[in-house]
Amino acid sequence: MVAPLLYLTAFGWGLGRSVQLQSGTYLDFIVPGIMALNSMNIGFHSIISVHAERVYHKSLEEYLISPIDPKSFLTGKILGAVLKGLISSVIIILTALIFGANLTLSAELFFVLALNTVIFAEVGFYAAMRLATYEEMAQVNTYILLPMSFMCGTFFSTATLPEGLRFFINCLPLTHASQLLRSLTVGGSILFDSLLILAIFAALGFFLSLKALKKCQED
Amino acid sequence: MIEILNVVKKFKTNGANFKTAVNDVTFSIRRNEIFGLLGTNGAGKTTILKMLTGQIQPTAGKIFYDGKTFNENLFEIKKMLGVVPQHINFDQELTVEENLELHARLYGMEKIERQNRITELLDYMELAEYRNYNVRKLSGGMKRRLLIARALIHRPKIIFLDEPTVALDPQVRRRIWNLIEELAKNGVTIVLTTHYIEEAENLCNRTAIINAGKLIAENSPVGFCESLGKFTVESADTFKFFHDKESAEKAASLLENSKVRQTKLEDVFIELTERGKNL
Repeated sequence: MVAPLLYLTAFGWGLGRSVQLQSGTYLDFIVPGIMALNSMNIGFHSIISVHAERVYHKSLEEYLISPIDPKSFLTGKILGAVLKGLISSVIIILTALIFGANLTLSAELFFVLALNTVIFAEVGFYAAMRLATYEEMAQVNTYILLPMSFMCGTFFSTATLPEGLRFFINCLPLTHASQLLRSLTVGGSILFDSLLILAIFAALGFFLSLKALKKCQED
Repeated sequence: MIEILNVVKKFKTNGANFKTAVNDVTFSIRRNEIFGLLGTNGAGKTTILKMLTGQIQPTAGKIFYDGKTFNENLFEIKKMLGVVPQHINFDQELTVEENLELHARLYGMEKIERQNRITELLDYMELAEYRNYNVRKLSGGMKRRLLIARALIHRPKIIFLDEPTVALDPQVRRRIWNLIEELAKNGVTIVLTTHYIEEAENLCNRTAIINAGKLIAENSPVGFCESLGKFTVESADTFKFFHDKESAEKAASLLENSKVRQTKLEDVFIELTERGKNL
C-alpha cells in the first residue's frame, strides 16, 4: 500500500502534473496503472500468510481436517484478499483525486480491480501451497511481480516496446488490467478481449490453486 | 466402528519412484475403547492416522466408519472426529478463546452453544484464567491441554491423538493420561499413536504394533505379554520368556546376575520389532 502511494506522489503528483500527454496529464495516465499494480500487490501479499499457516504454524491442517469444502476455504481466502484490495484501491483513488487527477468512476472499474485482485490472490495461494520456504516466496515477488509492476503498461504505454517483448507483455494479466482500467477511467468502454483474458486467468488460477491445496494434504 | 481393510499408502519420492509408508494394513477399532498404534519413529503411525482422519487418501484399500467410507459421507464422518495433532498448530495471532471459537465455527456450532462449550472446556482443562491470553504465552503442557480442548469442542465420538505426550515432563504426561482415561469413561472412542510403550501399556485396551509400514501384531497389552510369556528372565543383555514362574526361576538359577520379573509390553515390542518373532 505504501509503495503505490509513493509512486503516485513521486511520478503522478511530483512529475506527472508538469508532463502533458495527448490524452491529458501524466497523472491521469499513471493512476489506472498504479491502481492495477496496487490490486496485484494487495491480492498477492494479503493471501501469502497461508504459506506460514502451511509450513511454519501448521494451522492449515486445522481447516483440512474440519468439515469444510476446500473450494469454500479457497473462496474465503480470495474474498478476504479482494476486500483488502478494494479498500486500498479506494484510498489510492481518493489520494489521486486530491492530487487533481481526472477520473471517471464506475461499477465496471471496481469489478476489474476485484478481478485483478482475484488473479493475484490465486497466484499467491498457489505459490504458498507449492513453495517450501519463505525465501522462495520472496523470489516470486522479485522475479515475477516486480518486473510486471513496471513493464505491464502501468507507468508507460506498451506500444513503445519492441514487438517480441510487447507480445510477451500482452500475455500477462496485469497488462490487460492496466488497459481496462485506463479505458474505464477516461469514460471509455469496457475492453471485452482484455476482460475475457482476465476471466480466463482467474478461472485457471482457481483450478490450479484448488489442485495445489488438495495436493498439499498429501505432502 | 472403524474398519481398516488392506490399506496401502505410497508417496511419490523422486520422479517415478514411490515409497510405501503403509503396506496392506488391516485392523478394526471398537466403540468406546482406547486403541493404541505403537511403533518406532517413521513406522507409519502418523500416515495411518492421517488416512483415518480423511487428510490423505489411501493408495489402495478401504476405511469404513460404521460401514460408510469417506467418499460416501465425508463431512458427516469428519464431524464425528476430533484430532489432536503431534505438533502445536494453533493460529498464533489468536487468543486461547479465539482459537476455540474458530474451531467451533468450522464445525458449524451455534453462538450460544459455542460460548457454553468453550467455557465448559476451559474449566475442565483448567485453562479458564488464560482465556484471553495469546496462545504463544502458554507453556508446553497448557498448549497440549488446549489442543485436546479444541479437538473436543464439537463433541466428537472419536478422538485421534498423535503422540499426545511427546516432549512433556512426567507430571504433565500423567495429567494428560488422566484426561484421556476420563474421556474414554465418558464414552469417547480414543485412537492414539505413541512410541512410549509405557503410555500404551497404561492407557490402551488394545494395541496394534506397526513396523516399517506393516501391522505385525494386534492384541491387548496383557494379551501380548501372556502370549510371549508372563515372566521374563533378564541376564546381562539377554531376555528369556516363560509362561510359569517356576520355569523362569529355574532358568534364572542357571544364569549369572539374572533376575525374574513380569513381562512388560516393552519386551513384546522389542521382541516383535527387532527380532521379527511372530506371536
